[in-house]
Amino acid sequence: MKQLSVDHLLGIKYLNKNDIDLIFETADHFKEVINRPIKKVPSLRDITIANLFFENSTRTKLSFELAEKRLSADIINFSASQSSVKKGETLIDTVNNILSMKVDIVVMRHPNVGAGVFLSKHVNAKIINAGDGTHEHPTQALLDSYSIREKLGSVKGKKIVIVGDILHSRVALSNIFALQLQGAEVKVCGPTTLIPKYITSLGVTVETNLKKALDWCDVANVLRVQHERMDVKYFPSTREYTQLFGINQQVLDSLDKNIVIMHPGPINRGVEITSDVADSNNSIILNQVENGVAVRMAVIYLLAQQIKR
Amino acid sequence: MSSKVLLNSKEIEIILHRLACQLIENHNDFSNTVLIGLQPRGAYLAKRIKDILTNEYHIKDLKLGLLDITFYRDDFRRRDSPIDASSTKIDFLIEDKNVVLIDDVLFSGRSIRSGLSAINDFGRPKLVELLVLIDRRFSRHLPIQPNYRGRQVDAINQEKVKVCWKETHKKDVVYLEHNS
Repeated sequence: MKQLSVDHLLGIKYLNKNDIDLIFETADHFKEVINRPIKKVPSLRDITIANLFFENSTRTKLSFELAEKRLSADIINFSASQSSVKKGETLIDTVNNILSMKVDIVVMRHPNVGAGVFLSKHVNAKIINAGDGTHEHPTQALLDSYSIREKLGSVKGKKIVIVGDILHSRVALSNIFALQLQGAEVKVCGPTTLIPKYITSLGVTVETNLKKALDWCDVANVLRVQHERMDVKYFPSTREYTQLFGINQQVLDSLDKNIVIMHPGPINRGVEITSDVADSNNSIILNQVENGVAVRMAVIYLLAQQIKR
Repeated sequence: MSSKVLLNSKEIEIILHRLACQLIENHNDFSNTVLIGLQPRGAYLAKRIKDILTNEYHIKDLKLGLLDITFYRDDFRRRDSPIDASSTKIDFLIEDKNVVLIDDVLFSGRSIRSGLSAINDFGRPKLVELLVLIDRRFSRHLPIQPNYRGRQVDAINQEKVKVCWKETHKKDVVYLEHNS
């Protein structure tokens, strides 16, 4: 019988190929569930999940919340801006106080790298990393791969370019791990200042010419520029960034093939991608959002399965 | 482990025809009736019954759905090893329909209880009936009984009924296995 090889979902780098296959197979079943007239199953009705968001989130938080509700779990929500964290409470104290209320699973987003790993060593609950600083965002990478698999049949052998602010992106790192694990080729493309110095040590190639990168790829995963994480200027102006790395219909028309366009959101329309491209038939951005719920249901279900009564 | 043959392929064939005839007695032309096989093992029986009704008794437009109950089971997190989910394929509405739930073996009744919960997520059926190939008496945990049964068996707890279909095991046969 199949189960995950890990006790928590802290990052894609801790998973193996079988784990990803199992998550996708389970997500297939949940995708059928969320398209039924009654989109809910009772599996997790005796499980309580805490969603701890120490950093802002719209999509991920809603997606996790919906996934948990679709599985019939009880949920409590917490966001740092309205909590005692502002009064100086430590992370472990905050979480242990929440766990005293008999919580089984913690979904956490935190601005610090490794917050999930730290927590998993100190508290007795299953931890799901919903983004830790610039490190990993495993459920996003899983839903991205799941969406590619759905659109193109498989991820193996496909060429994927990640365009944009690679330096500050946890989505990029998790995607690189996930795609390589499934046998895809990965290229990153962006201004040299926004590409980490040692990125090639992960086995990815670097391209600074957008047209060449798009000519090479089957799928372009477009990331936004994370101004909130920048303390210095990485490029002269947003206008210049858009001219060199913005994806518009003219660039796509100049290719001799159709490529799939993805974006994890939030989109800065007119900056990294134009509206006509984001809303075109090549774009699977809204499929990604729908698949996000199914993939998160699968992850939560598979981890909950390990919690003994 | 010892095993004896409970039903051979000939006997199974006769039973399937009898069950099909009993369904026709109660459901006439099946215009408001659907068959739902419980995944994974009830699906084979449901497909067989459907084939007999369609090919030999000329029932037209008979609807068959396959229902997976993994996410509705009451033993989630209580088992030593997890259960693999199967797919649910029900591409019609169940609202106000007569539903015949089909499974291979009725033992504790817990799978059927899960199936009854699951079926409600596709609408409110007018009526639900249960058809099983093997009914193990005296082993029920819940007050659930079949409307149509192939064969009733008085098996003790150490015994297991194993149903093999030619689709998966090359021939139709039902064994009673005894773990000694």
